[in-house]
Amino acid sequence: MIIKILGSGCANCVNLELVTREAVADLGIDAQFEKVTDYPAIIGYGVMSTPGLVVDEKVILSGRVPTAAKVRELLESLTS
Amino acid sequence: MSVGERLRPATATRRWVGLGAATLAWLVLYQANGPFWDWLVYRMASLDPASRLGSGVHFFFEDTVKIGLLLVGVIFAVTVLRSFMSVERTRALLGGKREGVGNVMAAGLGVITPFCSCSAVPAFIGFVAAGVPLGVTMSFLIASPLVNEVAIGLLFGMFGIGPTLLYVGAGLLIAIVAGFVLGRLKLERWVEPFVFETRLGGQVIDPSAGLTWEDRIQMGVEEVGVILRKIWPYLLVGIALGAAIHGWAPEDFFTQYAGAGNPLAVLIAVLIGIPLYSNAAGIMPLVQALHDKDLPMGTLLAFTMAVVALSLPELILLRRVLKPPLIATFVAVTGAGIIAVGYLFNAVIPA
Repeated sequence: MIIKILGSGCANCVNLELVTREAVADLGIDAQFEKVTDYPAIIGYGVMSTPGLVVDEKVILSGRVPTAAKVRELLESLTS
Repeated sequence: MSVGERLRPATATRRWVGLGAATLAWLVLYQANGPFWDWLVYRMASLDPASRLGSGVHFFFEDTVKIGLLLVGVIFAVTVLRSFMSVERTRALLGGKREGVGNVMAAGLGVITPFCSCSAVPAFIGFVAAGVPLGVTMSFLIASPLVNEVAIGLLFGMFGIGPTLLYVGAGLLIAIVAGFVLGRLKLERWVEPFVFETRLGGQVIDPSAGLTWEDRIQMGVEEVGVILRKIWPYLLVGIALGAAIHGWAPEDFFTQYAGAGNPLAVLIAVLIGIPLYSNAAGIMPLVQALHDKDLPMGTLLAFTMAVVALSLPELILLRRVLKPPLIATFVAVTGAGIIAVGYLFNAVIPA
């Protein structure tokens, strides 16, 4: 799966990527990470509050940094 | 594993009992704070309350603990309450609103919407792309940092309900009027053109939807940690300066230069406050110490507002979407509003 982290490089985006990588490692998913820092592209996903988490072109979270457990939950519901 | 996960209780009953116990512990600590430092500094360490060293040391410790407690309580409560709102919901409410009504709503929503200045740019583009008028968007962007939850909590704890309401009312008024004026000036030509070409795509998801009480409480606990980690250096410097002023500054030093007698005091306070980058937590101990030295409330509120509302990092972020003349106008109009409010308060509140 392709995971995109939306945000212009603030601390929240870095944290979101950290917890997401943790969740991906826990689940043993084969995932590719990409950063989206371009504002029009971020808005293009409908995200107005960064950071945003996009999995396979679908926005699954925005506006806050969740816990790794929460991301794991969200990713599990997508893969099953 | 985050603190929030470890704190996550097993049942709903345990959650509410835990929250109740935490509230009770908070109240006890808050009440015991003053007497404890009286006992330790004046009785055990035998420092004289009338001496500079004694009152300075006492001020530093009592204020550090008091402000710490107030911040924990206020940030937690505000984060939990704000988790019911989101920028997405606010934009939906503002879409299609005319100027005037729109400015009033945008200022109010700016206060209650959870908003990080790092999201200022995507929010700005999102609002404009959704057809929210520029001036209405500006009202939101002004109110959000200006009426600051940390400042509200600290003002209430230190000065009571009166100055707190004045602060909130003045902040809303400035955001409404400044946004309206900026809208009237027709400054669209100074917005970077790509903003108007951007379309909101995808499906907009609302971060405030689908959260359980546990999620909201957990967000509150985490936010307390995040903000305290971010602001503690400002807080300690602010309290240390406050303690120094409290103990060492000559009684009439500040009133002589910035007191009610100097008609330029508010103007100077705001001009100093705009480039100063701190936050409400760092400013409030200073404000309290200066208030004890008989500086008028209007001057102090204007200073606080100038510091929190206009900050260089946010202006640099906004440069991505706004051209320099619009940023300058934004600073000038907001600054003028803050100065006007400062003079108004000094005129109506007896010193």
